[in-house]
Amino acid sequence: MKIELNGTPHDIAAATVADALAELGWADARVATALNGDFLPAAARATQPLQDGDRLEVLAPMQGG
Amino acid sequence: MRDFYGVTLDSPLMLGTAQYPSPQVMQQAFAASGASVATVSLRRESGQGQAFGQMVRDLGVRILPNTAGCYNAREAITTARMAREIFQTNWIKLEVIGHADTLQPDPFGLLEAAETLAADGFDVFPYTTEDQVLARRLVDAGCRVLMPWGAPIGSGMGLNNRHGLRSLRAAFPDIPMVIDAGLGLPSHAADALEMGFDAVLLNSAVAQAGDPVAMARAFGLAVQAGAMAAGADPMGVRDMGVPSTPLIGKAWL
Repeated sequence: MKIELNGTPHDIAAATVADALAELGWADARVATALNGDFLPAAARATQPLQDGDRLEVLAPMQGG
Repeated sequence: MRDFYGVTLDSPLMLGTAQYPSPQVMQQAFAASGASVATVSLRRESGQGQAFGQMVRDLGVRILPNTAGCYNAREAITTARMAREIFQTNWIKLEVIGHADTLQPDPFGLLEAAETLAADGFDVFPYTTEDQVLARRLVDAGCRVLMPWGAPIGSGMGLNNRHGLRSLRAAFPDIPMVIDAGLGLPSHAADALEMGFDAVLLNSAVAQAGDPVAMARAFGLAVQAGAMAAGADPMGVRDMGVPSTPLIGKAWL
């Protein structure tokens, strides 16, 4: 299915957010996720299904003031 | 001494982690400054985030995540929740920006986000102005720290409205306050501490100096001096000169 990953169209095979992160190589990364604009806690990723057109944001620590 | 949600800081200096010439210079600047808090942000993972996150944790200071770049309450609330999970802290520097040129906070979005986040258990550090009406609303919403700006973010102008800041400080004697944004020189930081503010938060003034490590040390010394001066009860200001040397005993020449 096609989702929008961090603002870019992306083809993904995974059916859940947790599987999508694994597919993208972020299985063990410290990242935070938001799905369609709402915070998705790490504990909910395994049961959160992905649907065509979903917007998934995967954020990590970055420099800030 | 006023504390920050139950935490007493070793140093009244909070330092940002952005814009340094290199990660090594950032680490050296933190060590030289003695800062007790590091601000960080969340951005889309592009391969750099994991190493940077580890570097920040290794600084050995408290982490204050921000919601920088958010222009409405919804964005800021979602960002804050993501930051809480990734940094494992209830502290959040709440920025809801209202104007792209001045980077002035949007008071309405800020209050809306502060109400939601405080009710959700966050320790909110709202980036605000010297506006006392807004300050009252933020305190009523559950904020136990206020972070009024000195001047627009990144401007280096210092304390633009000393009268307004002084009035704000006096109006909320029990609320810890951090001067956040706009400082350019160590003297600005010392000034803020002398006025009774509890800490300063800065980034560009150190990171964009020609020698960030030396400037970090200068800021560390300035906040120490300012805090010590505030604790020493500064003398009052007078309009006229008053001789400090005794007149009695002066020779008749």
